[in-house]
Amino acid sequence: MAQIHLEVVTPTGPVVSDEVDIVTAPGVGGEFGVLANHAPFLSTIKTGTLSFRKDKQVKYLMVSGGFSEVSNNKITFLVESAEYGKDINVDRAMRAKERAEKRLAQAQQATEKINRVRAEAALQRAMARLRAAEMARS
Amino acid sequence: MPGLKDVKDKIVGVKKTAQITKAMNMVASAKLRGAQDKMESFRPYAEKFADTMRELSQGMEDANLPLMEVREVKTVEIVVVTSDRGLCGSFNSHIVKTVEKLIAQYSGEGKAVSLVTVGKKGSQAFKKTGKIRVSYNDIMGSFQMFNAREISQDITENFLNGDSDQVDIVYGKFYSVAMQKPERGELLPIKPLESEAAQEEAAGGSGSYIYEPDPNEIMEVLLPLYLNVQVYHSMLEVGASEHAARMTAMDNATNACKDMIKELTQLYNKARQAAVTGELMDIVGGAEALKG
Repeated sequence: MAQIHLEVVTPTGPVVSDEVDIVTAPGVGGEFGVLANHAPFLSTIKTGTLSFRKDKQVKYLMVSGGFSEVSNNKITFLVESAEYGKDINVDRAMRAKERAEKRLAQAQQATEKINRVRAEAALQRAMARLRAAEMARS
Repeated sequence: MPGLKDVKDKIVGVKKTAQITKAMNMVASAKLRGAQDKMESFRPYAEKFADTMRELSQGMEDANLPLMEVREVKTVEIVVVTSDRGLCGSFNSHIVKTVEKLIAQYSGEGKAVSLVTVGKKGSQAFKKTGKIRVSYNDIMGSFQMFNAREISQDITENFLNGDSDQVDIVYGKFYSVAMQKPERGELLPIKPLESEAAQEEAAGGSGSYIYEPDPNEIMEVLLPLYLNVQVYHSMLEVGASEHAARMTAMDNATNACKDMIKELTQLYNKARQAAVTGELMDIVGGAEALKG
């Protein structure tokens, strides 16, 4: 099967660089899949789960905010953070989720817009982590 | 001539100082390696980002994005990135001087100036001017992307409110271990990136992209991210520069200590010899008197 080169790059260094069969990513306009020889494509990415298949094995990554670019049979993700589902510390993500929910509840009453936006982003990240971890286990 | 004991005490004191400066030099060089690694791993991200921005800014002139809006400049905001700690030679004071010059220049042009300081040294230096809008202290030790995001979100908001019409950044650029220089960059409004490579590519037609959502909406997401990248990048530069500057400063200090010890030891030996000679004279004189 034809393969496509996948690269996931974060500010702290590249996370994935591999030939894969298929990539599924959380685009802003909905989830999308990319196979080999895809047409040039550019999309923004929201916080969520990215998965790719190689040798009949599916791997999951949690990604947050960024964009992806497809050209010349290569797909590059530039995201602020990326973690393998299997490496995610579930306890920590759970705690982060609870913390974010609490902050969100507080911010809802107050008029602090920035805090609410920040708490929402934190909540999304925590939930994406949990989902990626869960998918990696099953 | 100073007493023997005084000189000896002084030598011990200088030796202790030399030990400390030497240790600081070693710590700084270890930290510099870490900071350089951090810069190294950030590079692919930054490069790829700039590439995509260039591609996107092709034919975006009419986009009318708020972050690219060029207004008549009434207020300039300067983001000053310095280190949190001193003892690194003239590194911070060079940055401060550059900013002072900029302030004078903008004031001369009749523009108001507000400051955002990142790093304690900058906020200390400009406290008295009363121009500081926000200070971010004690984050240079171990910062991450989200620290940069916080800063860039704040300056973006200020820009969009119309409280600033132009945002500059001044930081210490890392050229090499031996050289770091203050550098001025422009953050806002974001200027379209142009490069020959991109133009060639456009002419050669590498195939037009499918955009999702449309290019303008992508730009709206990317521009704030681009700002993050720039702020983060200058923080990384300052991080590396700080340690390099401290390494050099501490190396110089250690050498100065060594010179001092040498001089003091000579002084000590001279004093000791004088004392021994004096005592001998006494003994010989005494013996002569007894013989007499």
